Amino acid sequence: MFNVEVVSPEAVSYTGEADMVIARTVDGGDIAFQAGHVPFIGTLAVWSVDVVKPDGGRDVFAVHRGFVQVHGNQVTILSDVSESAAEIDVTRAQTALDNANAALAAHADDPEAAAAKVRAELRLRVSALC
Amino acid sequence: MPGGKERELRRRISSVQSTKKITRAMELIAATRVVKAMQRADAARPYARRITSVIENLAAGGAQVDHPLLREVGEVKRVGFIVMAGDRGLAGAYNTNPIRAAERQLMGHQSEGKDYSLFTVGKKAAAYYKFRNYRVGHSYLGFTDNPGYEDARRIADDVAEAFSVGEIDQVELIFTEFVSMGTQRVSVRRFLPLEDTRVMAEVGGGSAEAISSFEFEPSPEAVLEALLPRYVEARLYGALLDCAASEHANRQRAMKSATDNAEDLITKLSREMNAARQAAITTEIMEIVGGAEALGTEVPIDDFAAAFAAVAPAAVAPTAVSPADSHPLTET
Repeated sequence: MFNVEVVSPEAVSYTGEADMVIARTVDGGDIAFQAGHVPFIGTLAVWSVDVVKPDGGRDVFAVHRGFVQVHGNQVTILSDVSESAAEIDVTRAQTALDNANAALAAHADDPEAAAAKVRAELRLRVSALC
Repeated sequence: MPGGKERELRRRISSVQSTKKITRAMELIAATRVVKAMQRADAARPYARRITSVIENLAAGGAQVDHPLLREVGEVKRVGFIVMAGDRGLAGAYNTNPIRAAERQLMGHQSEGKDYSLFTVGKKAAAYYKFRNYRVGHSYLGFTDNPGYEDARRIADDVAEAFSVGEIDQVELIFTEFVSMGTQRVSVRRFLPLEDTRVMAEVGGGSAEAISSFEFEPSPEAVLEALLPRYVEARLYGALLDCAASEHANRQRAMKSATDNAEDLITKLSREMNAARQAAITTEIMEIVGGAEALGTEVPIDDFAAAFAAVAPAAVAPTAVSPADSHPLTET
């Protein structure tokens, strides 16, 4: 068991204890941290961060940009754009996904639409997990 | 005409009184806002601290990167200034202090033959420099009393962009540091190029042993490269929050002294008005007495009292009480 913190520029948005934290790093694929993990610093992909609590419950966050630092008994997620599952507006994410798909159908190489699609899909995935 | 001066004073008193109401309200509003701004500044600290700690660990892990934000330019041709002031006045010297400090810096650099580029935050800073015909490159308005992270990011993007493409070779940040409720001071800091990561780590005060065993993904360089822009944003955001707290603290102080001054002025003016009223009453009595004497008739004491009552009813009231009833303590 160890401590998890999600820190945004405005505040420490989440603190809690966890048995395991699952995240995905850029180029590195999924990585899970348990107590006693070696010190680690990674850049997070646009993906979820999954906090498995000691009682078996889960807290899931959509992290659009950020870093993870593991040091001693502390996992810190630094992110300026992160949302907890409860904060996600499903209908808005769905609309955003539809819009992005429509834009991609018109211009397949539109980078903004592609990024919007990734974000919307992540939001929907995270909200479905809870 | 007697009473004219009194009326004039009464009008001034009521105008000062309404000014006092306004300054008092502003003082109270600023007092609650400064507390909120301080809390926000405190809440933002963990992120900045953790980012610095990651950089510390990266430096200890031997990350060296040729990032544009770390680029040290041999000859500085143009200096960028980020000047943070407020959107609104009535905050004492809060706006003028950083603006003047920046102007001094700017002139210093100019005398060394360097060009400048201004990034102003707040309406007051933009107005000051525009009025004096400085070139204001970018100006950011409308959020100084409650800045969000988005605002910091917008500024950081523009500044980092200008720096990366070589439009400016150095950036100075001028803002008001919030030391405590009673103390805020203007601070001029080198913003870009960033110090070497090792210097950042030392400033952070971290111990660099035992942690060099960090694993990095994808690589120390890649992490550092992604991290530096966030570090710049976090530093700017911290400065904006300090400014907001300082602005409210300054406004509270300025409005407190304005309220106190209004009170003093009201006391002074009421005294003057009372004296003027008394003088007017005396003059009128003298006129009545003088008039009666000119007619050669004795003014009966009752008529005199009646005349006096017509001029100043309040002054006569105690005499209406018969001597038998009058309490020794309520002597006129």
